[in-house]
Amino acid sequence: MKPTLLDLPLQADDKNKRIINRILNTPSLLVGSIMLIILVGLAVLAPFISPYHPSDQNLYAILQPPSSEHWLGTDQLGRDLFTRLIYAARTDLKIMVLAEIIPFCTGVFLGMLAGYYGKWIDTLITLVTDTFIAFPFYLIVIIVAFASGAGQRGLYITFILVGWIVYARVIKGLSASFRKQEWVASAQTLGIPGVKIILRHLLPNVLPQAVVVLMTDMVGLLVAIVTLGYLGIGIAPPTPDWGTMISDGQSFITTAWWLSAVPGLAVVYTGIALSLVGDGLADLWRRK
Amino acid sequence: MISMNPILEIEGLSLAAKSKKQLVTNVSLSVGAGESLGIVGESGSGKSLTLRSILGLLPRGVEQVSGVIKCDGRAAMIFQDPRGALDPLCPVVRQLAEVVYYRQNVSRRASRTIALELLEMLGLPDSLKHTDRYPSQLSGGQCQRIVIAIALACKPGILLCDEPTTALDVTVQQQIIETITRLQSELGFAIVFVTHNLAIAAAMCSKLCVMKEGKIVERGDSLSLLQNPQDPYTQMLINAVLPLPEFERSAGV
Amino acid sequence: MKTALRIENLSVHYGKFTALDNVSLELQQHTTLGLVGESGSGKSTLARVIAGLITPDEGQVVLGSQTLGKKRSREQHKMIQMIFQNPDSSLNPKHTIRQILAEALLFHKIVERSGVDKRCKELLARVHIDERSLDRYPHEFSGGQRQRIAIARALSVEPSILIADEPTSALDVSVQLSVLELFNHLKSELNLTLLFISHDLGVINAISDTVAVMRHGKVLEINPKEQFFTHPETSYSRELLAAVTRMPTSNIEGGIS
Repeated sequence: MKPTLLDLPLQADDKNKRIINRILNTPSLLVGSIMLIILVGLAVLAPFISPYHPSDQNLYAILQPPSSEHWLGTDQLGRDLFTRLIYAARTDLKIMVLAEIIPFCTGVFLGMLAGYYGKWIDTLITLVTDTFIAFPFYLIVIIVAFASGAGQRGLYITFILVGWIVYARVIKGLSASFRKQEWVASAQTLGIPGVKIILRHLLPNVLPQAVVVLMTDMVGLLVAIVTLGYLGIGIAPPTPDWGTMISDGQSFITTAWWLSAVPGLAVVYTGIALSLVGDGLADLWRRK
Repeated sequence: MISMNPILEIEGLSLAAKSKKQLVTNVSLSVGAGESLGIVGESGSGKSLTLRSILGLLPRGVEQVSGVIKCDGRAAMIFQDPRGALDPLCPVVRQLAEVVYYRQNVSRRASRTIALELLEMLGLPDSLKHTDRYPSQLSGGQCQRIVIAIALACKPGILLCDEPTTALDVTVQQQIIETITRLQSELGFAIVFVTHNLAIAAAMCSKLCVMKEGKIVERGDSLSLLQNPQDPYTQMLINAVLPLPEFERSAGV
Repeated sequence: MKTALRIENLSVHYGKFTALDNVSLELQQHTTLGLVGESGSGKSTLARVIAGLITPDEGQVVLGSQTLGKKRSREQHKMIQMIFQNPDSSLNPKHTIRQILAEALLFHKIVERSGVDKRCKELLARVHIDERSLDRYPHEFSGGQRQRIAIARALSVEPSILIADEPTSALDVSVQLSVLELFNHLKSELNLTLLFISHDLGVINAISDTVAVMRHGKVLEINPKEQFFTHPETSYSRELLAAVTRMPTSNIEGGIS
């Protein structure tokens, strides 16, 4: 029997090239990423892009339509709308990302735990997730927001409480199916303890799906942030936020419709960007 | 291979994937009425694709690039996974009667009678006549018998078999082979039998084609092909068959 | 001859279904026991009980002189390794071959961290896989190659017993032959004690020293290979042997109907 000959191992840059090629062949991922990069770029570089400060009032120039001086016009206090828009992106995107971190980690971990061990751990986690799902999400958000006082804290607390559920449910099913795979049995035969199997073997396999869920879940979270801001129990003024901007502009909807429309469109834009990235990633991993 | 009265003729068949990858290249074969032809090869040899192209059952993304397929009379197919070929939510006798009803254009009542006759012909348990069962309540071998019965309900001139015994236990395997052979001699249909198992192909079929990488590398009468293989690939396949010593069948019974 | 493994009165029930019914078996050191049976006979359950993946309802597994309990020590885990049927799922798709082998080596402290690379290459050479493939992922290999890598992983921890559960059933016949040759080669080279499970009597004949037949969760017959294949003891064994479709032989002229 002669040794099985394989081609030389792929060069590292060759492998990178392949990955880039695959991304270029996934239009939804490409478009979504570009949209997201533009958005994050604007948010991060806001102080350098805009000559104004988001809270600078100019009562001599209120409710102005778009012009070369104020690209998107000004609001009822004469604040530059474009400046407020990109500063609001800063606030909202920051909360969106920060509020997802803990739920993502706990959800994925609990999901793997339930899927891998099954039995009473699964029963317990399923019981908790089903209980939370029985309550409408916004009911919980509003109760917590009132209890903890308006502001960002309510959002974080609510999301730590309920945000993990969607991950736990998806990852549980996935882990349960991986659990039956023979590579898990091989690791068990070697005597590798359960937690190590979960972290070293299951995690890299469930992570792609978890990231796809993360993308769609962030859209939901962003909408929640904006909704609470709109209702006045989210981010408190004067911190710029798309939700409060929509609500502030509402009174002028007939004369200066763009005050509400522009932040609304920003939410839609972000939602589309994240969904495209999520779809694209799912596509990319499925095709592999 | 020229048959006097071919029921199936394939000429210059080529299949390719959408990505232009050639899967089957220039395959020609013909099967006479009542004849049995075995197509043998390993995975990826294109044997199943060739068989499926006869019924136009090509998987998505695979296209017929060239060639002509002529089939006189009805063709019916049986598959490797009998459970996958049956509707899991419909009791088996009803499934069978349904096919009889549509394919033989008889009344509902008559279709049930014919279905029960087919059950008997295939050696399925009598209890099915009174209590219909779901595929999950039957063994793999019984499911395969139902699939064969459904195929026969179409009154086929040619029966296409895609590894019908591979997923079954040896003892069941043998029963299915015997059943197909018996039915063939009773009903006189032709058979194309695709398998990776040379011994089974030789037992079932009078003629064999050996396929490799989408091409027929050797063909001929079963016995002479196995005893005097010309192509090195055929030789390799024959050598890969693991031998079994003969045992004393009579011992101690 | 020393007994490497003794199974005493094992029973496993799944609800109402009895997968193993009071099974007792002995595996002699440096020999291969071929376990044959049809689907549902309980042979895979038996393998998984021995490997510690299933806890039996009754009975025990005795390895050498120690009885293996419900919770096995790291050392006891190391002693029994297993190779599975499906080459598509036997290796973690997200790990490179290096990670797969190194995990086993480091977990059981077979070599120092600095010696891992060298040992990995030796292991791959032993199963005839190019050592340059260490940084590749399982999907870049064929089924037969993956099965060889799984064999390398199982052997890496130097187990005293190797269980192979239908390791060649999902492979093409020619690949099956080369994997069987590898097993036979490793057997003589490493003095393996092997429990080889298959439904294919040809495979069992090619690899075993002793043959055990299982049906409905019971062991019906245990006999040396020659005796089993020429003078089977039970009617079920005869039924199994008779059911195998054999190649037409030249001395039976025109023997095919």
